[in-house]
Amino acid sequence: MTEVVPTIVKTPGARVDSRAQPLNMRGDRAKPRVLLTVILGIFSVLWLVPALGLLVTSFRDTTAAKATGWWVALIDPARAGWTSQNYSDALSGSTSGTGQSLSSEFLNSISVVLPATILPIMFSAFAAYAFTFLEFRFKEAYFAVIVGLLVVPVQIAFVPVLQTFQAITKATGIPIVGTAPAVWIVHSAFALPLCIFILRNYMSTLPNALIEAARVDGASHFVIFWRLVVPMSIPALASFAIFQFLWTWNDFLVASIFIPQGNNQVLQQGLLGLLGQYQQGWNLVAAGSFVVLIIPLIVFFAMQRFFVRGLTAGSVK
Amino acid sequence: MDQIVSVLASVVGGLVISFLIYLGLNFVIAKSGRRASVKLLPIVFLGPVVLLLVVFLLVPVFITVYQSFLKYDQYGLSTFGGLSNYISLFTSGPFLQTLFNNLLWIIFVPALTVIIGLAVATLADRLGPRREKTFKTILFVPFAISGIAAASIWSFVYYYSAPGTPQVGLLNSIWVSTTQSNPIPWFQDQFLRTNSFLLMAVVIWLNAGYAMVLLSAAIKAVPEETIEAARIDGATERQAFFRVIAPQIRTTIIAVGITVLITVMKVFDIVFAMTNGQFNTNVLGVEFFNQLFSFQNPGKASAVVVILLIAVIPIIAYQIKTYREQEALR
Repeated sequence: MTEVVPTIVKTPGARVDSRAQPLNMRGDRAKPRVLLTVILGIFSVLWLVPALGLLVTSFRDTTAAKATGWWVALIDPARAGWTSQNYSDALSGSTSGTGQSLSSEFLNSISVVLPATILPIMFSAFAAYAFTFLEFRFKEAYFAVIVGLLVVPVQIAFVPVLQTFQAITKATGIPIVGTAPAVWIVHSAFALPLCIFILRNYMSTLPNALIEAARVDGASHFVIFWRLVVPMSIPALASFAIFQFLWTWNDFLVASIFIPQGNNQVLQQGLLGLLGQYQQGWNLVAAGSFVVLIIPLIVFFAMQRFFVRGLTAGSVK
Repeated sequence: MDQIVSVLASVVGGLVISFLIYLGLNFVIAKSGRRASVKLLPIVFLGPVVLLLVVFLLVPVFITVYQSFLKYDQYGLSTFGGLSNYISLFTSGPFLQTLFNNLLWIIFVPALTVIIGLAVATLADRLGPRREKTFKTILFVPFAISGIAAASIWSFVYYYSAPGTPQVGLLNSIWVSTTQSNPIPWFQDQFLRTNSFLLMAVVIWLNAGYAMVLLSAAIKAVPEETIEAARIDGATERQAFFRVIAPQIRTTIIAVGITVLITVMKVFDIVFAMTNGQFNTNVLGVEFFNQLFSFQNPGKASAVVVILLIAVIPIIAYQIKTYREQEALR
């Protein structure tokens, strides 16, 4: 999965509300269209076949997985060598040469992902409020910088930040590189431009009259922020949280820069370690992959509605 | 058990510290007079964000540009080397191949991603709601899959084992049974850059669903009357699509293409996990990582990423310009 910058779409005139649309607006003239269904059906099956192959393999023993292709297991299930051993091996790390287990990496991932999801949202919400409801000099220019930063490749910052972390450790003795906070603080900082952008776009659609009324009644900006704007922005906050959760869970680059291989490495690094041992059999890699995949897939299917809305809200206006 | 404690410490500690920051700032505001707070407020609301962005993004950009002019010796000591990193990169054959690979990625991946997304969005739009939703969900699923997991999934598809042994990789199995020839080690197959294209397929597989979701929303936003009018005037389905729908969703197509383009320019984990840039499949993202860690050369790594940044600058300018126009319409 790839981190996606928001798509800024030029909208000449017409504003269309993308929120309340049914899945198929032209349902009234939808016909059975058998041929089209067959074509898309075949395409869909082909689209899922690569993942299906790994899923089937994850439940086969090493001998069977080496002897026959996974499709043979589906044709002849009796001799497929079904087992769930791969999952317990991958989770306990009993067969991996590094002694790393995915279950401990699972916890490491959580300790990176939770702060990396919550912190940028908290920081960005304040900033987005300032960009939407406060007046200050060079506001537009600052926001243009945020828009520019959306596209800057994050690699540009890695070397100096890494060196700074190392220098701080040298001076104070506090280990930074190789710990979860090193990764989540970097994730949080890099997520800010996108989060501010999304939240600000959302907040600018909130009814201004309501905020004005609260001002007239003497509410301070802090009160308006917590009591009015944050509760009303829940849909945008939630959809960004889902994205940020998935990106940081699926991230390999930032983690591998700031956590060298070892006890603190995250799931994606553990999976890469397993992938490196594919010669010992694909069944273990397969089980590892699905351990890594299970959380994103649950989030995806449970939150699909939010997901699609979050994607389209920023672009199709 | 120790681990769970340290996980909790990381999570709770991070959240508490950040919350205290805002509590402190809130206190400052409450203590200051109403007149002063008007000036203070933007600083309080924006301060932490500005600090983080300056420390973690803006200042590092300048340091990276500076470091790209530094020469590192084998002991990790640096001296000012002028353009030596750039010269050594641009005079090395492998690096020029890397740039060429990036160019191929930039040309093919966004275009194919958009085409597949648009095709499924358009075709599924003509079916009943239930089938439409099913097909669209299936195309969209890979979007939730991590680069490393996708690399595992597809490395298995492309898997090669020696001739005579059972081919459990899907692609080689099909190849061997249809052509009756020897299996091909796909990752090493540089003929017409087959290996690079096989890696691109993975990225297209991951992103086509994203393109489809946005394009589908755009297609549904096209006013039905314009399509009906074209049909009444005798337009065929194809004409209705290319003459009526396509022009109206053009801006979304461009926006999606640019988003995928940016993703592709810094592509890293797929290539790193599948070939590590070997067999002429290298790209800038992998080159950066290997310069930094395998060759312990922060200077050259910085030069690689500066080249990437320069390549992105036109897109940054375009994004800001589009944003400005968008704002003018608000």
